[in-house]
Amino acid sequence: MTDQDKTQINITHLARLARLAIPASSHASTAEDLDNIIAMIDAMQSVDTEGVEPLSHPLDSKQLLRADVVSESVSREAFQNNAPKTEDGYYLVPRVVD
Amino acid sequence: MSAGLEAGEYTSVELTNAHLDDIEQRNAESNCFITIAREHALAQAKAADAQRAKGDTTPLTGIPIAHKDIFCTEGLLTTCGSKMLSNFHAPYNSTMVERLNAAGIVTVGKTNMDEFAMGSSNENSFFGAVTNPWDRTRVPGGSSGGSAAAVADGLVACATGTDTGGSIRQPAAFCGITGLKPTYGRISRYGMIAFASSLDQAGPMTRTAEDAGLMLSYMSGFDPRDSTSANREDEWLRAIAHNGIPKLDRPLTIGLPKEYFADLANAQVIEAAQAELAKNGHTFKEVSLPHTQAAIPTYYVLASAEASTNLSRYDGVRYGHRCENPTSLQDLYERSRSEGFGEEVKRRILTGTYTLSVGYFDAYYIKAQKIRRLISEDFNKVFEEVDLLMTPTSPTPAFALNEHAKDPVAMYQQDLYTVPTSLAGLPALSMPCGFVDNLPVGLQLIGPAFREDTILSVAAQFQQITDWHQRHPGEKA
Repeated sequence: MTDQDKTQINITHLARLARLAIPASSHASTAEDLDNIIAMIDAMQSVDTEGVEPLSHPLDSKQLLRADVVSESVSREAFQNNAPKTEDGYYLVPRVVD
Repeated sequence: MSAGLEAGEYTSVELTNAHLDDIEQRNAESNCFITIAREHALAQAKAADAQRAKGDTTPLTGIPIAHKDIFCTEGLLTTCGSKMLSNFHAPYNSTMVERLNAAGIVTVGKTNMDEFAMGSSNENSFFGAVTNPWDRTRVPGGSSGGSAAAVADGLVACATGTDTGGSIRQPAAFCGITGLKPTYGRISRYGMIAFASSLDQAGPMTRTAEDAGLMLSYMSGFDPRDSTSANREDEWLRAIAHNGIPKLDRPLTIGLPKEYFADLANAQVIEAAQAELAKNGHTFKEVSLPHTQAAIPTYYVLASAEASTNLSRYDGVRYGHRCENPTSLQDLYERSRSEGFGEEVKRRILTGTYTLSVGYFDAYYIKAQKIRRLISEDFNKVFEEVDLLMTPTSPTPAFALNEHAKDPVAMYQQDLYTVPTSLAGLPALSMPCGFVDNLPVGLQLIGPAFREDTILSVAAQFQQITDWHQRHPGEKA
C-alpha cells in the first residue's frame, strides 16, 4: 500500500475546488498532512451534540443592518493602482471565450 | 512618555526620531518590522507637535506605536506577512488605525506576523521568522509575533495585534508583555485583513495593563462598516483617558478551570501568581469547563472553513500576486494563488475546502458550530459562580525555532488555553507572571463578555505589587 492509498482524500479534486495548483509530486505529502489534521479534528465527533443548536456568532447576536444609502465614493484609480494588469479602467484576464 | 511630551521635555519629532534610529539599528536582530515608516512617522509627529501647540491633545498624542501588518494603512505597505500582498498599498485606513490617528499617535512601522495570521510561532511569514528578545534561538509566538517582540525589545511602548485563536495572548506570554484580546465586536474589523471573521479581534500589546486600557479606549467603538461591531456605551471605557483603569471596589472570586492545569511546565510560577493575587483579598475556586478538549478540533474546523472562504478573494486579478503568462483564467487563479500563498495558508485553505465540501458539511462544520455553543455555555455557567478565570496562557514558555515547524498538528496544540475563549468571543488578557529557565511565563485572565474593565483592574493591581512586567530582556531574570 502506498501513502496515497491510505487516504480517501482526493487531492486533485480538492485542489481544483480551492483553486490551488498542487504538483503531482507533492500529492502524497499533502494528503498525509490533511489526514493528520482530519484525524485531530475527528476527536470532536465523540462530543454529544444531540439537541444543540449551531452557534455562528460567538455572542449569539443578530446581524446588524445599516441604512441602504451610498456611503463611499468609488475611486477606481486608487483601487486599480493595486491591480497587476488593467487597461482603460478594466481589469485584464486571459481570454475566456474563444 | 506621554508625561514627557506634556511637560515639553521633548517633542514628538524628537521622540519619533529616537525610536526610528533605534528600530533601524536593531531590527536586523529581531526582524520585528516588515516596514519602517520614517517619512510617514515624522509627518505624523510634526502634526502631533502642532496639535500640542494648540493645546488639543489626548494622552496618546505624539506617541510612537507600531501596527501589525494586517491593518490597512493608507500610504504604507500592508502585506499580511504574505508574498500574495507583498506589493499591496491599501487605498484606505482601517477604522482602528483611523481612530488612533485621530488620537494623534505616530505610526513608526508595520510589524511582522505569521502569513494571514495563521500560526503560533511567526515562522510562517514570507518576510522571515522573528526572534524572541529573551532568547534569539526561540520563537516570539504568533501570529502577532512582530508586535510582541517590538514591545519586549523596547522598540515601541505600544503595538497593535489581532487574535483569532490566541494570536495576541500567546506571543504576549512568550515575550513577557501585556496583551489584551477584547470581546468579539469591541474593535471594528473594517480594514483588518480577514482570516476567520467570526473569531478575529484586534487588541493592544503593551508593557502595562494601564497602557493596554488606554489603547483600548481609543481603538474601540461602534462602527457601522463592520456588521458585527458591538454598539455599546461603556462609561468606564470612555473614562480611561482621564481616570485610568477603574479601581476594584471589592475582592473577587477567581475561578481556576481544572482542565487548564494539566501537565504544566510552569505550574510553580502560576501558583506564585495566585498567591500574589490572594494578598489583595481575592479568593479562588476550582471550576470545570468540560468541553475544553474539544476546542482545538472545533476551532480548526471553523477557522479553516472561514479562511478558505475569506481567502478566495485572492485571484490574481484585482490586487495581489499574479503569475506570469497565464494560459487561461483557471491557470491564472491556480498559479497566482499557489505562488502567492505559503504552505500553512494552503494547508488551511485545503482543510476548510474539505470540511465545507458536499457530504462533509454537517459532520464537520455544523458539528463544530454545535460544540462552539457547548463551549460558550461552559463559560456562561462558570461566570454565574466566579467573576474572572485565571489560567496559564500557553502550555509551555517560548519553544525553539523549528521545533514544531514540521508538525502542524503539534503546533496547533499550542493554542489549547487560548482557543476556547476565542470561540466564546470573550475578553482575555495575558501578562507576565514569572520565569521558567529565564523565559517569561504568561498568566491569562478571562472575563465575561464586555468586562475588560474587571480583567484590566485585576491586571493593574497585580502589576502594582509585582514587577514582572518591568523586566527587560538582557537583565538577569
